[in-house]
Amino acid sequence: MADLTTESRPVRYALTGIALVFLFLFLLLPLISVFWEALQKGWALYLSALTEPDALSAIKLTLISAVIAVPLNLVFGVAAAWAISRFEFRGKSLLITLIDLPFAVSPVVAGLMFILLFGANTVAGGWLQDHGLQVIFAVPGIVLATVFVTFPFVARELIPLMQSQGADEEQAAIVLGASGWQTFRKVTLPKIKWGLLYGVILTNARAMGEFGAVSVVSGHIRGETNTIPLHVEILYNEYNFVGAFACASLLALLALVTLLVKSMVEWNLQRQQQASTLRTAEARLQAQAAQP
Amino acid sequence: MSNFLNLRHNVLPGFRLSFGITLFWLALIVLLPFAALLYSTAGMGWDNFLSTVSSERVLLSLRLSFLTAGLAAVINLVFGFLVAWVLVRYPFPGKRLVDALVDLPFALPTAVAGIALTSLYAPNGWVGQFLAPLGIKVAFTPLGIIVALTFIGLPFVVRTVQPVLEDLEKELEEAATCLGASRWDIFRRVIFPAALPSLITGGTMAFARATGEYGSVIFIAGNIPMVSEIAPLIIVSKLDQFDQQGATAVALVMLGISFVFLLLINLIQRWASRRHGAGH
Amino acid sequence: MQLRTLLSLALAVLSVPALADTTLLNVSYDVMRDFYKDYNPAFQKAYKAKTGETVSIQQSHGGSSKQALSVANGLAADVITMNQASDIDLLATRGLIPANWSSRLPNASVPFTSTMVFLVRKGNPHKIHDWNDLAKPGLQVIIPNPKVSGNGRYAYLAAWGDGVKQPGGSEAKARALVSGIFRNVPVMDGGGRAATTTFMQRQIGDVLVTFENEAELIAREFGRGSFEIVYPQLSVLAENPVAIVDKVVDKKGSRKQAEAYLRFLWSTEGQTIAAQNYLRPQDKAVAQKFDAQFPYVKTFTVQSVFGSWAAVNKKHFADGGVFDQIYSKH
Repeated sequence: MADLTTESRPVRYALTGIALVFLFLFLLLPLISVFWEALQKGWALYLSALTEPDALSAIKLTLISAVIAVPLNLVFGVAAAWAISRFEFRGKSLLITLIDLPFAVSPVVAGLMFILLFGANTVAGGWLQDHGLQVIFAVPGIVLATVFVTFPFVARELIPLMQSQGADEEQAAIVLGASGWQTFRKVTLPKIKWGLLYGVILTNARAMGEFGAVSVVSGHIRGETNTIPLHVEILYNEYNFVGAFACASLLALLALVTLLVKSMVEWNLQRQQQASTLRTAEARLQAQAAQP
Repeated sequence: MSNFLNLRHNVLPGFRLSFGITLFWLALIVLLPFAALLYSTAGMGWDNFLSTVSSERVLLSLRLSFLTAGLAAVINLVFGFLVAWVLVRYPFPGKRLVDALVDLPFALPTAVAGIALTSLYAPNGWVGQFLAPLGIKVAFTPLGIIVALTFIGLPFVVRTVQPVLEDLEKELEEAATCLGASRWDIFRRVIFPAALPSLITGGTMAFARATGEYGSVIFIAGNIPMVSEIAPLIIVSKLDQFDQQGATAVALVMLGISFVFLLLINLIQRWASRRHGAGH
Repeated sequence: MQLRTLLSLALAVLSVPALADTTLLNVSYDVMRDFYKDYNPAFQKAYKAKTGETVSIQQSHGGSSKQALSVANGLAADVITMNQASDIDLLATRGLIPANWSSRLPNASVPFTSTMVFLVRKGNPHKIHDWNDLAKPGLQVIIPNPKVSGNGRYAYLAAWGDGVKQPGGSEAKARALVSGIFRNVPVMDGGGRAATTTFMQRQIGDVLVTFENEAELIAREFGRGSFEIVYPQLSVLAENPVAIVDKVVDKKGSRKQAEAYLRFLWSTEGQTIAAQNYLRPQDKAVAQKFDAQFPYVKTFTVQSVFGSWAAVNKKHFADGGVFDQIYSKH
C-alpha cells in the first residue's frame, strides 16, 4: 500500500536534492578543504605537525579545559532544566534569556569581561597576583573562558525536551512513593539520555574549538597557554598552512568520530528495542495459539 | 523565595536544590562578568558613553553585524528546516553520515571555519572562481559575512527542529489525508504549526550566535570601515588603542540589543505555547 | 587555605616544569618568532658559558598593542620586545616600568630596525616605484588595518611622511596621498601575516606594503620567483624597542638575567642573528658585513616627522582621528 502521508516522488527527490546541495556547499566543501590543505604535503608532514611539542601541549591544554568545563556545565544544565521544565514560577523567561546570553556574547567580549574581573588592576586580580596565583593569562583563565562559552548548551538541549515530555511520569512516581533522587535516576534520566548525550557532545565540541574568548585571556605563551585553536592561528600566521589545517582537521575528526559513535549507539539501541518488541509480540502470539 | 517567585504548588521535589544550583552557577559564570562590564563602562560617564557608541562607524558596524546575522538566520530557517525534514522523512544513501555532518560547525574552531570559507570563496577559490566571471564577489564583502554566519548557525535550526519532526504523530497526518487535505495543506496546517516553536528557538539561537561572531567572520569580511567592518572588530580596535572603556561601551550596547531580542523571542514563545496548550 | 593549596598544586602540575634556574617570559609581537628561535639558544649558550647559570625562555607572540595591553593587565612578562614605542609607553603610564625606560639601553632601546617596502607581482606590471604610485586609480593595494596592526600603522605613517617630505610637500598633500592609497585597499586584514596571505595565497591585490624583514620569509615560504621587492625613495624607520618590565623582574628576582638577555641583543652575535633575519642591525661593523642584503633607502623616524608616538596615535589612529575621517568621506 502506498504511503499516503508523504509527498510524491519527484517532490521528494527535488527536496532531498536541494537539501544535499545546500549541505554540500556549506558543510562538506569547507570540511574537505580543511583536510585537503592538511594533506597537501603528504602524510609525513601531517603527522609531524600533530606530534611536535607545541602541538602536543596545545592538545593537552584543550583536553584539560574540556574535561573541566563539560561536567560542570552538565550538572548546571540538568539542574536548570529540572527547575525550568518542572516548575511554574515568575521570571522564567528572564531566567531562560540570561542562560541564553553567553550564546550572544561575542567571544572577544567574553574574554574581555574576565580580564575586567581578574586583571592586574582589579581588586580580585590584584589580590590573586599578590598571593602568586595567576588566573588570566594562565590555564585557569582559559578554563573559565571555556566554561563561559559552553554554558548554555546542555540546558538549552534539555529544557525543550523535558518540557515536551511533560512531568506526568515523574509525578506518578512521586505519588507512588519514590524519593526525588530515585525519580530522577529511574524515570527522568532514561527519558532524557539522548538529549543529555547530545548536549554533552555539543559542549565538548565547542569547548575544544573555542577561539575568540580563549585568545583574549590566553597570554599566548608558546608551549603553555595555547589551545589547539590558538595553535592553529599561530601556525597560520607563520604561513605553515599544512600544520594549521592538520591541527584543525584533528578537531574536525574528533567531532565526526563522536557523532558517528553516538549515531551508531542510537541505531543499535533502536534495533534492540525493535527486536525486543518483536520477541514480546511473538511470545504473545504463541501464548494465544497455545490457548485452547 | 518561593512566594517572591510565585511558585505554584507542585508534587515534584527538588526545586530549591535545582534552582539554587542554577542561580549560583548563573551568577558566578554569567552575571558576575556582566557586572564587571557594566562597572567598567559606568566609569566612563554618560556623555562619553553616548558619544562613543553613537559614532558613525560604530552605528554602521552594529547595523552590519545585526543585519548579516538576521539574514543568515533567515537562510538557516529555510534551509535548516528543509534539511531537518529530509533527514527525518526521506531515506537516502549516506543519511547517517550526513546527519553526523550537520554538527560540524560546532566542532570546527571559528577561525578555521573562517579561513576555510575564505579560501573557498576568494576569487581564486574552489567556489569563488565560478562566481567571479559572473561578477559575484563573495569573499571580502558583506555577502561573505553572510556565508560565514550561515555556516556557523546551521546546526542550531536543524537540531532543534529534528526532534520535533521526529515526534510528530503520523496519525494526525493520516487523519487529515483521509479527510481530503492536500500535502501542502497538511504541511501548512498540521506540520508547520507544530514545528514553529522549535523553528523560532533554533532561529533565535542561530541569530544570537551570529551577532557576536568574530573568528569566522574576520577573515572573510574585508573590514573596510563603514562598509564591511563588524562590531566585534571595532571592540578589538579600541582595545588596540588602549581604550578599554570605549571597548566595553560598544560591547555593552551589543549585549543590550541581543538581550532585548532574546527576551522578546522567549516571551513570544511562552505566550505561543500557552495559547496552544502547554505539554502533551 | 585548602583551596589555595589545591589551586597552587593544580597550577604547578599544569605549568611547564621549570628545571632551569630562571625562566624568562619574552612577550613579543607576531613576526619576531623566527628571530627569537635563533636568538634564544645563542643567548642561553653564551650566558651559561659566562655565568654557569641556565636560563630558559618562554615566548609569547601576538599583535604588538594587544600584547602590551595584556602585560598591563597582568601577563607576567620579564621582557617586552615591541614594534612601537607607544606600546611600551603604556606600561610606563601604568606604573610597570619607569618613564625613562628608553634611555636605559643603547640607541634608545632599539637594537635593530626595519623599514616598509613594496611587494609587487613578477615583472612589476603596474610599474610601482614609489608611494604616489600606490594612489593610482584602479590599483589594488594590500595594507593591514592600521587600527589593529603595527605593520599597517607604519605603512600609513611612511606614506604620510613621504607626502610631507617631498619637494613641495605639505600636510594637505600627505592627507590626499594617504586617502588615495587607502581608497585602493579592498581588504584590511588584522595583521601583517594575514595581509601577506591575502596577497600571496589568495592572489588579491597588485602590491603589498610590509616590513622589509618579512620579504625574506615570504620568499622562503611562497617561492622567490613569484614576486619582486620594490624599495621606495623614502620610507619610515620602523624602530623595534625593547625593555625589561621592572615590576615583574623585581618580584621574580630575575632582573639580572632579563637585563643580560636584552643586552645580548647588542652583542656582535645578537646583531648578526638580527641581520641574518633581515633586520637592520645598529652595530656598524655587522651592518657593513651584511651590506649586500640591505639596499640603501632614505628613512625618517616617526619622531622627526610626527613629534612622538603619542601625538601620532592621538591625531591619526584614535577614534575620530584622521584615519577615521578618511573613511567617513567615502
